[in-house]
Amino acid sequence: MTNSSITPTVHAAGVSIQGLRKSYGSNEVLKGIDLVVKPGEVVCLIGPSGSGKSTLLRCVNLLEQPNAGTIHVGGFESTDPDVDIDLMRRKVGMVFQQFNLFPHLDVLRNCTVAQTKVLKRSQPEADAVAQRNLERVGLGHLSDRFPDQLSGGQQQRVAIARALSMDPELMLFDEPTSALDPETVGDVLAVMRNLAKAGMTMLVVTHEMGFAREVADRVVFMDGGVVVEEGPAAKVVGAPQEARTQEFLRRVLDPTHIDIVED
Amino acid sequence: MAMTVRQRTRVSRTIQYGLLVVVVILAALLADWPKISKAFFNLDAVASQFPGIIVIALKNTLIYTVLSFLVGVSGGLLLALMKLSPVGPYRWLATIYIEFFRGVPALLVFVAFGFGIPTAFGIRFNVFVTVMLALGMVAAAYIAETLRAGLQAVPKGQMEAARSLGMPHWRAMVTIVIPQAFRIVLPPLTNEIILLTKDSSLVYLLGLAASQYELTKFGRDGITQPNAGLTPLVVAGACYLVITIPLGILARRFESRSARTKR
Ligand SMILES: Nc1ncnc2c1ncn2[C@@H]1O[C@H](COP(=O)(O)OP(=O)(O)OP(=O)(O)O)[C@@H](O)[C@H]1O
Ligand SMILES: [Mg+2]
Repeated sequence: MTNSSITPTVHAAGVSIQGLRKSYGSNEVLKGIDLVVKPGEVVCLIGPSGSGKSTLLRCVNLLEQPNAGTIHVGGFESTDPDVDIDLMRRKVGMVFQQFNLFPHLDVLRNCTVAQTKVLKRSQPEADAVAQRNLERVGLGHLSDRFPDQLSGGQQQRVAIARALSMDPELMLFDEPTSALDPETVGDVLAVMRNLAKAGMTMLVVTHEMGFAREVADRVVFMDGGVVVEEGPAAKVVGAPQEARTQEFLRRVLDPTHIDIVED
Repeated sequence: MAMTVRQRTRVSRTIQYGLLVVVVILAALLADWPKISKAFFNLDAVASQFPGIIVIALKNTLIYTVLSFLVGVSGGLLLALMKLSPVGPYRWLATIYIEFFRGVPALLVFVAFGFGIPTAFGIRFNVFVTVMLALGMVAAAYIAETLRAGLQAVPKGQMEAARSLGMPHWRAMVTIVIPQAFRIVLPPLTNEIILLTKDSSLVYLLGLAASQYELTKFGRDGITQPNAGLTPLVVAGACYLVITIPLGILARRFESRSARTKR
């Protein structure tokens, strides 16, 4: 990926979350989360499985309905019952672990369908925007393929291009590389790195500590539905203060390590 | 000498084929061929069926089938969406409809539309409208269950991806979920057309003008001719196969295609 593929993001929106709570039945998954992401900032969300990272991300664009607390996204209070959810979601791009490309549409249509149906762009205009974003993720030559003809890494890059084609002001990534073969992870991370350089606001759930250290302005460690520790990547990943963070990082960075318990 | 599993399978299959051949030969030897050919394959009677059986009967069977299939698919889709709706009364209405029309013989529905409703309300439907409504409403009940299964088989991530691109729920349904559901249910839907083709024979219940005859009625009319024997019914039966066998092949083709794309 060359530097020429960096397109500056004109509008970048921030996120501000206060006192966010979310329960499934009697199971309280988010127990009062406060989190601010400034416009243009890249925040990586890390934490053990089940700690509520996906739930937090999904609350931001209201794929899950919070039980309490407020969320502001680029001028919208998304927790306001009268908010126009669809209008708010246009500003927020989301990339899923399982890509969720539309299998019945080719790559170009995947990137244009929401442009024409939601933003009411003309087909030629939408095609041009989609093609530009596909080139941005290095896949301009595959626009007439169908999703099942692409590798996992290519599918995920199409998913990023699809989200970017709506001109979002904020991008949410939920473990974008966890379902990928190791050799295709790098391509996806490279695209995300360029996006960050271009000034996009990004909230990224990831287990890629290398990416977090290199790209994130801030890292947030979550466990048991609360934010345990947050700060610059070098501090949280490099020199964690909390015991739970240390324990988690030891397991992530050295998965084969076995603690020898001495009596 | 011990046989491998594969050898044993081959031997038992050869024996089965051998038995089948013996049965067929015996049946052929014992049958009274002159009588059979006079009753069922009287060439003069075959010739007398043409061209009416094609230009009137086959054409009408196709028209009745296609019209009722269109009603069946639209009604079935509506019922399937009602059945999946979060609104209780919609679900109950759909359930009552489906259980009723699946439980009642199609013949009774024909009688109701052909005689019951016209008598009760003094309305006279055109034959084509009667067939379309009677057959279509029965078909809708079956197709609804098929489509509901198809809609549920579309992964949840598809709806979430569409919604997070800013599509309202109905738009995501129409553009993303329903087209995929139809692909999934293409094989059972094709089988539904085959059943409808045969059920269109119930039209004989209604008083028909000769120009409205479909295959079965045309064949029944044919056997009243002197010396025709049962040959006209055999010709009508062959015409059904001309429609249904290609549909069956099509259904199998769809099945193997969807089996291939499922990784
Ligand atoms: N739709 C749901 N219904 C009920 N419980 C849910 C639902 N979604 C998530 N949960 C529960 O909420 C908790 C947090 O889930 P979440 O997916 O947010 O965790 P996570 O941090 O993203 O974990 P992972 O790293 O495994 O993706 C888990 O205990 C999970 O079982
Ligand atoms: Mg998760």
